[in-house]
This record gives sequence, C-alpha cells and structure tokens, in this order.
Amino acid sequence: MTDGTAALEVRRLDKSFRVAGRPVRVLADVDLSVARGEFLSIVGASGCGKSTLLRLILGLDREFDGSIRVDGRPVERPGPDRSIVFQDHRLLPWLTVEANVAAALRHRRVGRAERRALVDEHLRLVGLDRFATAYPAQLSGGMAQRVAIARALVNRPRFLLLDEPLGALDALTRLRLQDELKRITAREGMTTILVTHDVDEAVYLGDRIVVMRPSPGRVATILRVPRDVARSRSDPAFIRLRDEVLGWLGVHEGEGAPREPRVDRPAAARDPSGRAGRARAGLLPAAYAAIGDPR
Amino acid sequence: MSGTASEGRAWQAWLLPAALLVAWEAAARSGLADPRFLPPLEVVAARLRTELAEGGLAGHLAASLGRDLSGFAVGSAVGVGLGLAIGFSRLVERMLSPVLLVHRQIALFAWVPLLSMWFGGGEAGKVAFIALAAFQPTVINTWQGIAGIPQGYRELGDVLLLGRLGFVRLIALPGALPRIFTGLHAALIYAWVATIGAELLLNVAPGIAGRMNEGERLFQMDLLLLCVLVLGAVGVVFNLGAGALERRLARWRIA
Repeated sequence: MTDGTAALEVRRLDKSFRVAGRPVRVLADVDLSVARGEFLSIVGASGCGKSTLLRLILGLDREFDGSIRVDGRPVERPGPDRSIVFQDHRLLPWLTVEANVAAALRHRRVGRAERRALVDEHLRLVGLDRFATAYPAQLSGGMAQRVAIARALVNRPRFLLLDEPLGALDALTRLRLQDELKRITAREGMTTILVTHDVDEAVYLGDRIVVMRPSPGRVATILRVPRDVARSRSDPAFIRLRDEVLGWLGVHEGEGAPREPRVDRPAAARDPSGRAGRARAGLLPAAYAAIGDPR
Repeated sequence: MSGTASEGRAWQAWLLPAALLVAWEAAARSGLADPRFLPPLEVVAARLRTELAEGGLAGHLAASLGRDLSGFAVGSAVGVGLGLAIGFSRLVERMLSPVLLVHRQIALFAWVPLLSMWFGGGEAGKVAFIALAAFQPTVINTWQGIAGIPQGYRELGDVLLLGRLGFVRLIALPGALPRIFTGLHAALIYAWVATIGAELLLNVAPGIAGRMNEGERLFQMDLLLLCVLVLGAVGVVFNLGAGALERRLARWRIA
C-alpha cells in the first residue's frame, strides 16, 4: 500500500472543531492509504469522525493538520474526480430525476445529446430509467438513494465516497442496494470508500475494513477481507470476520474478541483494554447483527 | 379523495357572507335600520347597473387597478432585487438588515405625509406609497427565502461544482421561490390596501376610492357600499389568482 501508486494517502491527519469556544478534537493522527480500485469500508460508532474524514477527502473543509493526497496531489477543493452519496439522498426536490442527475454534468459543458445519453445510461445502471421524469417526492427512499448513486457516478469519478448511503433505508432495501453497489463498483472499477455503522455491510462490500474509535476519532485497526472469504453472509469465514470487527468495536466482548488480528499497520493503535468498549456497547442496534443471520 | 370531500363542503365558506346579506336586507326592509344609511340590496344592485351602463365605475376601477399594479410592479421588483442582494451577499446583509428591521417597525401609513411632500399628492406620490407597501413583504420574504436554503444544499452545490451561477440557478432561486411567492402574494394584497389609502388620503383623482369620497360627500350610501363590495371582489380575485399560480409553480411539492 505504500508504493507510489496509492490513489489516496492520508498522513497524520488531525482535525478539531470549535464547540462553544473550545476546540474539540474529532480526528487524531489518522493514517490511511487506499489502492486504486480498492473498496475500503470504514466502520465505527457515531461520533468517531468518519463522516468528517469524508468531508476532508472531498475538499469541503480545508482546516486540518496533516496531509491528504489524491493521486499524489494535495486536496484543495471538491473536484470531478471525487463524488459522494450522502445518507440523505439530497436530491433537489424541484428537479425531476433526470435533471437531478444532469446537475452533476453542468460544470463541464457537455452537449445536449451527450448529456441525455449519459443520464440515461446511469439511470439504467440503477434501474430507474422509467422514472426519469418523476419528482423526488414521488420516489421511495431506496429509489431516491439510487438516483443519488446515479448522480454520483455520472461524471465517472475515480473516487466514490459513500457516507452511510443505506443507513436510512429499511433492512430489505438495504440488502438489495448492497448487492447493487457491489455490482456497480465492480463494473466501473473506481476506488470506493464506504462509511457505515453496519458491520455486515462493511464486511460484505469491503476489500479492507478500517475500524475507527471515537473521542477523538482514530483508527483502531485495519482488517483485510481475505479473497477466499466467500461473500455470503452465512459463510463461517464471513461470520468470523464480522465478529472480529465487532470485537474491535467493543461489542461481543470475550468470545468474539480478536487475539491475532490481521493488521496492516503497527499494532500500536490497538486499544488493549475494554475501556473504550464499555462506553459503546449499546451503540450498535441488535438489528445490524441480525441482518446477517438468516439461518 | 380529500379534494372532492373539501370541494363538497365549499358551500360552508359561503354561509357567513350569505347570512350577512340576509341580515342586511332584513334590517333595511324591516325599518330596523335607516335606509338612508343602509339602503336595501336591490338599491345597491340598481346602482351597479347604472354605474356599469354609464361606464363610470369601470373607468374608475381601471384607474385604481392601473395605479395599484404599477406601484406593485415597482415595489416588488425593488423588493425582490434587494432581497436577493441581501440573501447572496454578507456585506449587503450587514449593511442593510438593521435598516430594514427598523423600517419594518414604522407603520405603513406613517409614510403618507413624507411621501406626499417628496413626490406630491398626485399620481407619483400615490404610486410611491403603493410601491412602498409592496416592497416590505417582498424584501423580507426573498431575503429569508435565500437565507433558509439548507446548509446541505449549499454543500451539494460545492460537491457538484455548480459554481456561483449554477448554485443560484439550480438551488437558491428554486429553493427560495415558494418564499418569494409568499412575499409577492402578500405584496399584492398590501398594494391594494395602499391604493385605497392613497386615493383617500392624497389628492382626489379618478379611482374607486375617489368614488367613495364622492358617495360620502353627496350622501349616496348605495354608491359607497357598492365601492366597498367592488374592493372586496378585487381582493378575492387577486387572492385566487395568486393561489393558483403558486400551486402551479410548486407542483413538485404536491407530487
């Protein structure tokens, strides 16, 4: 991961916000490198700074210490190479589905015919070409999120950032869209960073899983998802890996806690005590663990 | 379904006006009220017929409406323009918002003497007063409409690389439009009220309120009451028209 080809390099990243006049540290000493075409999942409880990390990678906020380099160049502002899907679909309610997708093309003056073709192609990709002229208020939550995915893809970005994109959806829709995300990212071959608090989702989609801990947000460990893990939610290897992640998050303490975690960074980041776990034990709703257990 | 149900009950809105008309007629005919002060309905209706036949009322109504609409056009154009400037520029907001907040505290009719000194009691003074009435609700609502664009949409504009123009065109204007329209709707009503006020308080000129003055001076209660009914009817037409246009422009909300 440390060779010159890393698509994204985050080094010693520190970020603080001022809350009521006092600085609050939200990210502390975060190091990450992401290879081209990789699917990286970031899991962590609320408040661990994972969404802030995405905002910084996007270039929405330039006040931080450390460095963020995309293809070797420091990030200064949002660019067409990086796009994002927010948790709330954030479609513009006064535009039709096709106009919402086309809004992402506005910055580079594409001709009318090409614009139509691109919008069409990406609506077909998410299976919503029949709803091109509908307004967002006429769509279900899952459909709206698919439109947001089409909007994020229409510029063929090299980076797709997903900020809990399925977090607001019901369990069944979420499972279906996870498969859709998997298919789309595999087909388009872009580098993807998924922020989620759904451990199953992180394991199911990621090539690697970054586990983050809160206050201040920092990387607890990075786990590689072995290629031979059959990506079936009921596979024993899948369940083992999921339990390992839960262990790092401080859930399932005891039986699921990792002894020999697969780390690809110095083990110093490991929190040796159950201290952090106590505060977070209740943060992951039982439903997340339940989704993966159809047995 | 709810549409047909509420349409089925639309007659309920007419109950009170109908009751008032019946009470009016009963009072006038029973001798309970002096018919010199409250003439029966058919006398007012007869007056309407003669006014329409001789062309007097239509001309006066046209004069009032012309004055009203030119004041509305000037006032709301300045109001929307200034509201947009305040909404988009922090500098303009810091400079103008305190003045506007004070301006808002001054009763509209307090401007009449001042405006009549500056613009005279003729047509210019009247239109200036009507424009001021239309200005107030449009500037505040336009400003608030832009200020109320959610932070998430501003961020979206950055992420989609819309640029300043694209942000205004795709996010700010459509997002603020319902609020701007609320302001224009209120301005339409305020301007009509101001039209009557200007005609009553400033120099006599052709117009509905001019006819009311005439009715008062000549003690023609039928003319006076007819004018009041015409004023109300114009207000209702403005309201219905603005409401229909508003629903059409915001069809994405009903969906």
